[in-house]
Order: sequence, then structure tokens, then C-alpha cells
Amino acid sequence: MDKNSSEAKQEALYQRWLNPKDGAGNDLQFQSPEAKKAYEERILRIRAAIELKKPDRVPVIIMPSFFPFYNAGVSPQEAMYDYDKLGTAFKKFIHDFEPDSHIGATAPGPGKMYDILDYKLYSWPGHGVAPEHVYQCNEGEYMKADEYDALIQDPTGYFLNMYMPRIFGALQPLQMLPFFPGMLEMYGLAYNFIPFAIPPVQAALKALMDAGAEALKWAMATGAIEGELAAAGFPQLLGGFTKAPFDVIGDTLRGTKGIMLDMYRQPEKLIQAMEALVPLMVKMGVGAAQQTGHPVIFMPLHKGADGFLSDEQYRKFYWPTLRAVMIGLIENGCIPLPAAEGGYGSRLEVIRDIPKGKTLWMIDQTDMTKAKQALDGIACVLGNVPLSMLSMGTPEQVKEYAEDLIKNANGNGGFIMGNGAFFDQAKPENVAAIVETAKAHKY
Amino acid sequence: MSKELVNAIADMEEKQALDLASELLAKKTDPMLILDDCRSAMEIVGQRYEAGTYFLPELLLAGEMLTEITAIVKPEMAKGQQIQRHGKVLIGTVKGDIHDIGKNIVTFMLDASGFEVKDLGVDVPAEKFVEAIREFQPQVVGLSGFLTLAFDAMKDTIGAIQAAGLRDGIKIMVGGGPVSEEVRNYTGADAYGKDAMAGVTLARQWVGVK
Repeated sequence: MDKNSSEAKQEALYQRWLNPKDGAGNDLQFQSPEAKKAYEERILRIRAAIELKKPDRVPVIIMPSFFPFYNAGVSPQEAMYDYDKLGTAFKKFIHDFEPDSHIGATAPGPGKMYDILDYKLYSWPGHGVAPEHVYQCNEGEYMKADEYDALIQDPTGYFLNMYMPRIFGALQPLQMLPFFPGMLEMYGLAYNFIPFAIPPVQAALKALMDAGAEALKWAMATGAIEGELAAAGFPQLLGGFTKAPFDVIGDTLRGTKGIMLDMYRQPEKLIQAMEALVPLMVKMGVGAAQQTGHPVIFMPLHKGADGFLSDEQYRKFYWPTLRAVMIGLIENGCIPLPAAEGGYGSRLEVIRDIPKGKTLWMIDQTDMTKAKQALDGIACVLGNVPLSMLSMGTPEQVKEYAEDLIKNANGNGGFIMGNGAFFDQAKPENVAAIVETAKAHKY
Repeated sequence: MSKELVNAIADMEEKQALDLASELLAKKTDPMLILDDCRSAMEIVGQRYEAGTYFLPELLLAGEMLTEITAIVKPEMAKGQQIQRHGKVLIGTVKGDIHDIGKNIVTFMLDASGFEVKDLGVDVPAEKFVEAIREFQPQVVGLSGFLTLAFDAMKDTIGAIQAAGLRDGIKIMVGGGPVSEEVRNYTGADAYGKDAMAGVTLARQWVGVK
């Protein structure tokens, strides 16, 4: 096999996932030979499903948002600021439910880092939302309608000089940073360094260093949690994340309203910007996979769901660059995990146009039978137990629903049991019912 | 009525719609007639949305056109001239939730459909809804939410409205991404709307507009 082929690259990532390292870079010491065996079996079970084969039984993955913390009586605020509580709660979640894989304790993120940066893009517990509530995005036009050219011509410069000063209060002085491509030769070089003598810029650089220190502390804590869980036999699923270019612009740059007005007011610019983002989004996912050694790259999909865009608009504005990012990931050995939040029933025909057995689609409110029919022989489907049922239903209802999923969406493999949408509140017995139903189903 | 203006708005011809509205004003057309045209156009937009030919971009652009035209028309309105309203709707995103896109779309669709809408914003505590019901006296209350925690906040809000003795006189609808019949039942609302148009339809039914 050519070592530069996508297959070889994927195999290399799988091997790294199967042979995890500890924090010091040595082979991870498993708790027991049984734990090592369980770790490998779980990965191979998931791999078989992704490759559209039948594993020994139906695999199951629970993808929560803040549920692990509510489940342990830890508030979202505590989960963001107290890394010990974060770890205790997350490990309890895995040991309580024993799913085949998990997505790590990284969702809450480091509260103190957001404080240091004075992050404007979100409100979080103690900063705009109550301690017992989860963080939420403050939608807005953080990128103005007339800034597409700036983004297209120099994305990094745009982020550094324009976007970051807007979304981080403490980094506002970065707008004074020099134009880095101007550092060409000895003559004139000094002018580029003058901004670094200005006190507000120095304060912003200090904030960056402090934020970095906190991020590292948090990464050590979450890495240790994942290491402990791996040693106990529970693999982390995700190798990193990236996004569909339409959502990059529609979520946190122009916002929903901004991007949708641009579809009418300046469609060419919008498409040009999304095309410029494709290689960046590929690099973001592939880079993360290279670092973590896990092939699965999470892609939360938002503004292309049913009801947001017409079929024609989806085909014109959303799908081409999403597909290009997915293909870029696959060519580099990664496995895209697009999460079709909301409904995706009207997109099922379009999304079939991808290489076979190299994608894992998380399905939320879409009819799972139809999703399976459309993607049969093309991509593995995961999820679909409804969020409202998890929070308000009974274990019997969940079990019945999950059994129907196995009946209707299992086919000849290529199916992973799980929840449909990321969730905070749920009855623990309902979450347990998902796992138990999957584990009871041997092929 | 200017059929041209109605069609321009309904067909998403933003520039043309604004030019036409300005022309009509320059020709001393009654501002109320221009707003009537806007309303007729919004009805067509709503129908196309319900029929599945229009989606969010069209609702948002229609809302923009409406705001832009209203801004140029309002200063020309005679003193005492007021827009006829079908009834009052109080709306807000419930406590703990700060999502507002869905709520804003429902708000302007209701407004465009002839309702007087009072929008309490996001993260609205139950007490504030109760207080606003007393002052504003709406026939319909809309509770919006996107997060799972909103289900409890909706239930609490409806409980508080009940406890204040205000429940009988009003109809309550709930809406937002994950809201379903199951959620409606849990919260004790009268109905749920799966999208903005469903919210408008409910409000129309409840106040007896055809």
C-alpha cells in the first residue's frame, strides 16, 4: 500500500488510536489485560460499523453536552472552573453508563481562560447566564457585510487584526498589530516592531500568555481524564473538530441573519469566501488528527438543516464546500463525523455523494429509517434517540425506540446506537436504556 | 394598492421594493396604503414559506425590507394615523435561554400579520411575563426556547401565570428548535408551533382572524 494513500494514512491513525500514549509519550499502561482488550474491542467495533461491516454487536456512543456534570450534581459553572470536579463527574458518567466510546470532558472548556480573554462571543455561567445553566452563543455580526474581501485575501490577518479584537475584549489592541507580510528585508523592518512597544498591545500579549497558561492547565487535566478512561478501557472517539464553511460564516462571523441576507445581497462574495475557507477547515481537522492520533473529526452542522435553506440553496451554498472539506479530511486519512443537528430529511439525496465507508453521520431528528436507506452502503449512521424522550420519556419508551432503530436502521451493519442531539438534561435511567438496548443486540 | 410593490417584496427584489416605496411616497400616496401593500406581500411570503418554496433567508430578507420601508414611511404618516391591529401577542425567550433568532422571526411575522406584539427579549423570568400580562393584556402569549432547560422554564412560567390567576383569559403557545407535542404537554401550553408561520396561524385562530 502506498504510504501516501488515504487508506495508509487512515490505517496509521487507527494504529495510533489503538496504541495510546500517556502524558509523557510512553505506551499507556492499561489497568488490566481485560481493560486493554476492552479498549481495542471497542475501537474495532466502531471501526467495523464505520466501514459498513457487522461488528460483534451494535456499538453505542453517548454524545452529551453538559449531562455528565448534571448527572454528578456538578453545576456547569463548577465544570468550567474546577477541573477536579470536571474529571470526577466525567469519569462517573463513563463508569455509570459504559458506552463504547466518549467525546471527552472538553465541552465545558476552561472558564478562567474565557475570563482572562473577556470572551464576548458567548455568555457562560457567572457571565451572563446562571451558574446552573450552560453557556450559550451571543449571535451577532462580528464580521461586517463589507469585510468579505479582507477575509478572502488574508484570513489569518483578518482573524488577528479584526475578528479577535471584536470577540475578545482583552485582545482589542491586536488591531494595532503590524502587517506581518511586510517583514521582507532589513530596510524598514523596524517599523513592524513598533506596535509591540505600545502598552495596550503589551497588555494584550500578556493576556494571551495568561490565557495560554490556563489553557495548558486545562488540557493537562482533560488529557489526564482521557488517559485514565483509556487505561480503564474506554477510548475517546474524537480526534479533533472542524466545520462546514457555510457554518463558519453563518454561526460566528456574519451570524444567521447576516449570511442569509448575503445570499441575496452578495452571493458571489459569500461563495468565494466559503471556497477560501475550505483548505483552512481541512487543515484544522487534519492537524488535530495528527496531533491526537485519532481519525474521527467532528463537524457540527447547523445552518443547512431542513427549514433553514431550500434544496436549491443547500446545493448551491452549503453542500459544495462542506463536501470539499469532507473529501479533504478523507484524503488525509480522517473520518468526518458530521452531526446533522435538527432535521436533514430533505438533504439525504444530496449527501450521498461521498466516498463509501469513510464517514460517520450523526442523525438527530431525521427519520432514521430514511437516513439509513439513503446512506446504505455509503456511510455509517449514528444516533437518533430524541432529546425530548431522554429528558421527559420513560426507560420503556427509550428501549422501544432503540429497538425500533435496530430493526429499521441496522441493516447489514453501518449503524451505531446513540442519542440524536447533544444534551444537558436527561433522566439517567433513559440514558442507560440506550446503552443496554444496544449491548443486548448481538449480530 | 401597488401590485408592483407587493410583487417586488414577495419576489425578494429588495432594491426595487425600496425604490417603489420611495416613489409612491414622493407621489403622496397615503403611507397606510404602502403599509397595507407590505402586509399583503408578507402574506404571500408566509404562504410561500408554508408551501415550502421559501425558507429562512426569504423570511429574514422580507423582515429587512419591511423594516426599511416602515422606516421611510413612518415619518410621512399623519398624526393620529394608526395601524389597525387584530390583537395583542406577548412574546419572549424563557429564563435561562438567550436564543432569539426564532423568536425574532415569529415576532416580525406576527407584526406583519397585523398583531401588536410586545417582545420581552431573552432570558425572561416568569415574574416578568406575569407583570407584562397584567400591563399589556395580551390575548396570546408565546414562550420561546431552544435548550432542554427551557422546557422547565416554560412549565414554571405557565405555572406562575396560573398562580397569578391570569391563565384563563389567555392562550399560550410554545416554540423553538426541539419543542414538540411532548414538550407542549409537559409545559401545560395550549399549543406548540413548529415554525414561525405555525405561530401566526395559532394566533390568528385564537383571536378569530380568518
